[in-house]
Amino acid sequence: MRATVLVRPKPGILDPQGEAVLGSLRQLGFAVEDARIGRVVDLELANGGREQARAELERMCEQLLANPLIESYEIELVGEA
Amino acid sequence: MTGTGPKARIAVVTFPGSNDDRDAALALERLGAEPVPVWHADRELPDVRAVILPGGFSHGDYLRAGALARFAPVMGPIQRLAADGGLVLGICNGFQILCEAGLLPGALRPNHSLSFVCRDVPLTVERADTPFTARCTERQRLSIPVKHGEGCFFADSELLAELEESGRVVLRYEGENPNGSVAAIAGVVNAEGNVMGLMPHPEHAVDPLTGSTDGALLLGSFVDAARRATTAPAAV
Repeated sequence: MRATVLVRPKPGILDPQGEAVLGSLRQLGFAVEDARIGRVVDLELANGGREQARAELERMCEQLLANPLIESYEIELVGEA
Repeated sequence: MTGTGPKARIAVVTFPGSNDDRDAALALERLGAEPVPVWHADRELPDVRAVILPGGFSHGDYLRAGALARFAPVMGPIQRLAADGGLVLGICNGFQILCEAGLLPGALRPNHSLSFVCRDVPLTVERADTPFTARCTERQRLSIPVKHGEGCFFADSELLAELEESGRVVLRYEGENPNGSVAAIAGVVNAEGNVMGLMPHPEHAVDPLTGSTDGALLLGSFVDAARRATTAPAAV
């Protein structure tokens, strides 16, 4: 089963990369209100059904993929093997 | 400075990508301690009551700085040593690892400027009554270099208030804030006071040749405390 984990800086956390990109987009003439930069982790899971996969992905996020103090995460299960 | 009696034995951990482990060991030697090299994959620590997690870029800073190193086998015994009152000092990447491991509060984020900063910075000693600062005086100004891309200390308002109220901010940047750290925090201790992390590099400031010897005040304090812990482990 494939899964995608999206990790984002939490609201209120200063994101200097996002600010730099926002500035550049505006310089290019785009009307952009805000830009935030996070991280995409594509995973290929070895086994398990959807429920088990989701539970494991939650644990992966809590333990390693995100730092809960500063980042939020979102799990997307892409398809079944 | 070296005193009498047994030398303080202090473990210096090398992770893949550490690059200040040798300077840390050299500084400890100069301050009269015996550095004991430890590899990140070691499952046990040698007979020590004090550990340094040095600077560098463990595991290439992949994912988040320190996020992968915190799962190194050696971190188990380090967690146990810390829980048992042993002294743990994390410098730069070591600070990042300790935050990721939950041994210290907060998190270190990319510098506001997005630039790597590498220069001497002025610091103020906020607490001179810790095992890491006992050779300093309160409000003393130090000059110690920083060199990092992800040194912006973050704590939410609740955590920051807790750190300030409990006096756990040990070092603060004086004047210009080099990385955007909240409340200009450069170094913090845990609630028990036996684990400290800081972004500046005291091990690079022990020889007048490199401009400042203020780092020896911090590392010397640590060596003093480690020697006391070595000779009387129960007193820690």
